[in-house]
Amino acid sequence: MPEDDARTASADAYWKANVRLLLTLMAIWFAVSFGAGILFRDALDRFAIGGFPLGFWFAQQGSIYVFVALIFFYHWKMKRIERRHDLDD
Amino acid sequence: MSTQTLIYLFVGASFALYIGIAIWTRAGSTKEFYVAGGGVNPVVNGMATAADWMSAASFLSMAGLIAFSGYDGSVYLMGWTGGFVMLALLLAPYLRKFGQFTVPDFIGTRYYSSVARTVAVVCLIFISFTYIAGQMRGVGIVFSRFLDVPINTGVIIGMGIVFIYSVLGGMKGITYTQVAQFCVLIFAYMVPAFFISALVTGNPIPQLGLGSTVNDGSGTFVLQRLDESLQMMGFPAYTDGAKSRIDVFCITAALMVGTAGLPHVIVRFFTVPKASDARKSAGWALLFIALLYTTAPAVAAFARLNFNGSVAGTPYAEAPGWFTNWERNGLIAFTDRNGDGVMNVANGDPFTGTPAFAPGVGPSGERLVSNPPLPGNANEVYVDKDIMVLANPEIAGLPGWVIALVAAGGLAAALSTAAGLLLVISTAVSHDLLKSTFRPNISEKNELRAARIAATCAILVAGVLGIYPPGWVAQVVAFAFGLAASSLFPVIFMGIFSKRMNKEGAIAGMVAGLSVTFLYIGWFKLWNPDASTADDWFLGISPEGFGFVGMLVNFAVALLVSRFTPPPPPEIGRLVESIRVPRGAGEAHAH
Repeated sequence: MPEDDARTASADAYWKANVRLLLTLMAIWFAVSFGAGILFRDALDRFAIGGFPLGFWFAQQGSIYVFVALIFFYHWKMKRIERRHDLDD
Repeated sequence: MSTQTLIYLFVGASFALYIGIAIWTRAGSTKEFYVAGGGVNPVVNGMATAADWMSAASFLSMAGLIAFSGYDGSVYLMGWTGGFVMLALLLAPYLRKFGQFTVPDFIGTRYYSSVARTVAVVCLIFISFTYIAGQMRGVGIVFSRFLDVPINTGVIIGMGIVFIYSVLGGMKGITYTQVAQFCVLIFAYMVPAFFISALVTGNPIPQLGLGSTVNDGSGTFVLQRLDESLQMMGFPAYTDGAKSRIDVFCITAALMVGTAGLPHVIVRFFTVPKASDARKSAGWALLFIALLYTTAPAVAAFARLNFNGSVAGTPYAEAPGWFTNWERNGLIAFTDRNGDGVMNVANGDPFTGTPAFAPGVGPSGERLVSNPPLPGNANEVYVDKDIMVLANPEIAGLPGWVIALVAAGGLAAALSTAAGLLLVISTAVSHDLLKSTFRPNISEKNELRAARIAATCAILVAGVLGIYPPGWVAQVVAFAFGLAASSLFPVIFMGIFSKRMNKEGAIAGMVAGLSVTFLYIGWFKLWNPDASTADDWFLGISPEGFGFVGMLVNFAVALLVSRFTPPPPPEIGRLVESIRVPRGAGEAHAH
């Protein structure tokens, strides 16, 4: 049925947009914690913000702030994507 | 009023509040008992999730662990918060859309297999009981130090409180009690942190104070001062830590993935009205958690600075009052190796294990310890890391009501987590085992009764674990996260993101991930602890971090097995398609 096909196509496009967004956000999630806080910490520790070596700051403060921002951004962005595909709840 | 009276007052008032809320929000149906009726506001649910998640370990132990491990403590900070990003982005909205009551529900339905469901139930029960044992120890510590009652009496009082509101109210009662407990615990954590930050740095915001200069006119930064004083005593620098990079990486990853796979956290997202609310709710939960988690590293650094200043190199005769208070409770010990009466602090343990006190006092008046001193270092002071948060107000000389507040906060943290865990255990028994596996025709009234009986039994078991703590409890906390990471997370994730994953792949993956993790942690933690050194570990990965490897094994085995076995039936493909789109979630329903 054409109506069903249209709905499936819309759901597919929605899912692709979601996965693309997820890949971007999970890359940021990885970069601030495992990247800045662990793997590249020594390089970043040569810089400082206030009394914090930068890598240490990411590990004990910065990554957590970014985590919170990531979830709220995802919520906001998904609402828009869902409305565009007429799949919102 | 004396500090002791204030403590009774604060703790008593908070307990009365929790019970009052429980009576007001009694559960009348299984849906209210399991998922609070499915209509909880996402911000309220976020707050309840935060209290559910932040346990005695977060409130009491974490800052102390960071204080004594510096940078290495970052694994807890990133691991226990980063998991919420995975939860919000990869799991929660889809599980909410799926719309049943429990994690085994999802695994059993998605993989069309009661074997998969049963494996999930077994993992869930093991993870939750391991966790509860830790909460009971937290309750015991707070009671014995602050309320002057024996630990056992404290555990029984705590169990009684949890019994009233979890058996009566189920998820509904727990949700609203946890909101109250969050308010108590976050207030109790922040107030002393503000005071101490202002005292040490002149800046009352602890997150900023940690990056400021010490308030003594020297212009030295807090972290710089810590690094210098620790290196002088022969410790690694505070901002450097001692763990290898691969180990820090793997522990962080195991804690993150484990957090995302913990059933008592996941189930909280079944209680909101819509799939999109699950995302929003996870955001609020992490925001509330971040308040405590960004404060903890500051509290840790200030505590260590104060400890270095007031204990290290001080004669025992001039030891501060809090030091001897906690020594009386057996959580601090001083063993004068060189007989000079001075408390020398150095890198290494003064003796193996916890102190075994001998009768009588030493030449300086200290409690004598019968443990043989550990050769190879000059450290003479034993501190149980769990006490740093509780002792902090005393260390900083804060007024009695702050100390009373911290006691009430520690209890709120332990009780809220214990209640959430008891609920998933009782749900697993009454819903996943009894209704879904053995007696599908059970009436709702009987199922609700079974859930209450199961909750009662779980409380009794938890109480026994608290009163007779098995020696392995502290050793196996790694189990809870390792098993959640290596068993539950991968199958839930693949159940949403891969239509091709079938029951053979999922079961093989769970069993493989679970077994390697179980054997590795068991070998190094229980059966052969002497061999647990970095040289013997696989690639230098400690048992705490091995859940990450177990997760990779689970994924690899599942993908391989599913390629050589038949694809799932077509209705599973339709199920996956339907959970991927948020529209039409409705309320959580029984099948």
